Amino acid sequence: MAESDNIVVETAEKIFADLADPQTINNDKNNSWQAPLWQALSEAGLPLSWVPDDLGGSGASLADGFALLNAAGRFAVAVPLAETMLAGWLLAQAKITSPEGEMTVVPASPKDRITLDADGAISGRARGVPFAKAAKHFAVLAHGKDGAVVALVDATKARIESGLNVGYDHSDTVTLDKVQPITIKPAPKGFEQTNLMLMGGVARSLQIAGALESMLDISVRYSNERVAFEKKISKFQAVQHNLARLAGESAAALAAATSAADAIANAKSFNDEVYLEAASAKIRCAEAAEKGGAIAHQVHGAIGFTLEHILHRYSLRALAWRDDFGSESHWAVELGKLVATRGADELWPLVASR
Amino acid sequence: MTAALRFDPIRLPEKCEQLRKEVRAFLAEEIAAGTFDPNKPNREDTDAPEFSRRVGAKGWLGMTWPKKYGGQERSFLERYVVTEEMRVANAPTRRFFVADRQSGPVLLKYAPEHIKMEILPRICRGEICFAIGMSEPNSGSDLFAAKTRATKTEGGYLINGTKIWTSSAHIADYMIAIFRTSPPTKENRRHGLTQFLVKMKQPGIKVNPIGQITGQYEFNEVVFTDHFIPDDHVLGEVDGAWKQATSELAYERSGPERFLETYYVLTELVRAVGPNPDTRSAEGIGRLVAQLHTMRRMSVSVAGMLQAGKEPVVEASIVKDIGTVWEQQLPHRVRDLAAFVEETATNRETLERQLDFAIKTAPKLTIQGGTTEVLRGIIARGLGLR
Repeated sequence: MAESDNIVVETAEKIFADLADPQTINNDKNNSWQAPLWQALSEAGLPLSWVPDDLGGSGASLADGFALLNAAGRFAVAVPLAETMLAGWLLAQAKITSPEGEMTVVPASPKDRITLDADGAISGRARGVPFAKAAKHFAVLAHGKDGAVVALVDATKARIESGLNVGYDHSDTVTLDKVQPITIKPAPKGFEQTNLMLMGGVARSLQIAGALESMLDISVRYSNERVAFEKKISKFQAVQHNLARLAGESAAALAAATSAADAIANAKSFNDEVYLEAASAKIRCAEAAEKGGAIAHQVHGAIGFTLEHILHRYSLRALAWRDDFGSESHWAVELGKLVATRGADELWPLVASR
Repeated sequence: MTAALRFDPIRLPEKCEQLRKEVRAFLAEEIAAGTFDPNKPNREDTDAPEFSRRVGAKGWLGMTWPKKYGGQERSFLERYVVTEEMRVANAPTRRFFVADRQSGPVLLKYAPEHIKMEILPRICRGEICFAIGMSEPNSGSDLFAAKTRATKTEGGYLINGTKIWTSSAHIADYMIAIFRTSPPTKENRRHGLTQFLVKMKQPGIKVNPIGQITGQYEFNEVVFTDHFIPDDHVLGEVDGAWKQATSELAYERSGPERFLETYYVLTELVRAVGPNPDTRSAEGIGRLVAQLHTMRRMSVSVAGMLQAGKEPVVEASIVKDIGTVWEQQLPHRVRDLAAFVEETATNRETLERQLDFAIKTAPKLTIQGGTTEVLRGIIARGLGLR
């Protein structure tokens, strides 16, 4: 759908098309597609898109990286691309060089908090960490008595309780018990865990929007092929109206996510306007994942409910992504509090700020 | 991938923000002077001709039109800012809103030069009010079933028949209407309708007010009996109105008025819950704000498409579909959340009065200007399903 007009996305889309074709992946029971895909993405420098050249990355812009995540969502890519990008971004905030290989970020929920001891060790438990099991390193945001720090941690130093999210991707519990990081540096002044959660939330929003674009695409195609009551089901008004609603949800998700990405890419700080954009994107995309996904399944009927069909690769992941970096309920409460604190007469100026 | 539904993030240019300040200052002065009460959303009741002229004097009507017709040659994004600020303030825009949004652009495109020179500057000065004559007693969404006849006569046409649900016809100076000039053909049932500029308050036109469930009388029945319209008041191609109707829709359907119609209840709810909301109120408000923000960003994006010379009919239909369903549900969601607002909230009475009005207004929002069903049909066509 989104015709790519930047080289990062073009490169990624070509790799996804060659090595992450949803039907091929879905038929592959041994996950033998994962290693070649990751290798191709790594050779193209994509997992470290957001890491500057001098810190070991490929130095793409925030905007290009966000567009890449949207493309990854369109292919429902199930390797830790978004996670490694976010980890590299977090490390770069503290000028820490990124290592090679898969990474993820700790914590991945606003509820969890990692602490820094006086002796430089970090401790804490983080639930729902995406792809922790696959990661070689963690980028950790921890809090000490002098404020936030960013740490690069060897994944083998952590205890990992394996889990799966509703999309069948790894979502694990990571326990750090007085772990000595490989590198540890102070986070930039003013950098808080909320910034990381908003950034992660926007990444997930773009992925959800991408998955919805694909759900719309395959649902429209299917409705134009499937015949029932002697005509294509796309000719039934009830089906048309459902698909129109799916198009609306897909469009709303994409608009919210790309707007938030644009806001972050051009922001000097995480101010109220950026907060509104990022929180809204996560809330609205999560709602769209529910409403839009339900319609995509309704259009497909029973076949869409099978493991053989690719639909669940998008629909379940979109639902799972709602949980990472703060659910829509979490952000709704936080956004509601922000609005209430600013007061009734400051609501419209906030909404109309850009 | 099939459908190319992009809503690119548009950042409003700096000059829009300057303009926004000017509009807010102007509206604050008008409120201070008692022109209107921002807490009273029933602006539809208010015909404010003097206010209309003052808005015109500011250069905020016909903003995007050529200067030779009284316009300012400013951008759609600037017009957008003026429109949303007026809407949020509950300003009495009835007298100029339709002319500025819709009728003016139709005239610009299809009216003969002398008519443009005569009428457009008057719209820009806020002097004249327009109505739109589409629906008839037996044709609403099915526009092309219109039966009101325009019969050719010496130097013009004689009009006979009835338009209905015509907003503002009782105060309008002009109407842009479609009338039947030929029967539909076998091949094309949309053939045979022609768009006309109608001068109201003339012999052969009778306007009968219709009471609405809100208690207002803002739409009307308009009966034409041998009403004469001169030839130069034909807009565009005779029998070819169907080709002209669609481009109007993107203007009509994507604006901020398509999701801000009941916005005031959200502001008032925020006021009522105060700075320390409980979890339920905070979550409810957060979701509503996220949904509102998303729609506004989509709507601004469509304004950007219009500015770029595109005809985003499908995108505009999506904005109106989602936006009107949202503004229809908004008073009910606010009512849910207001159920536990402290009895002592200082604005409780205002909120209750506003909810009362918004709940009565809500049913029309998904009907006027293209029903939800029609919009979803247009979107489905855009998806390649029809």
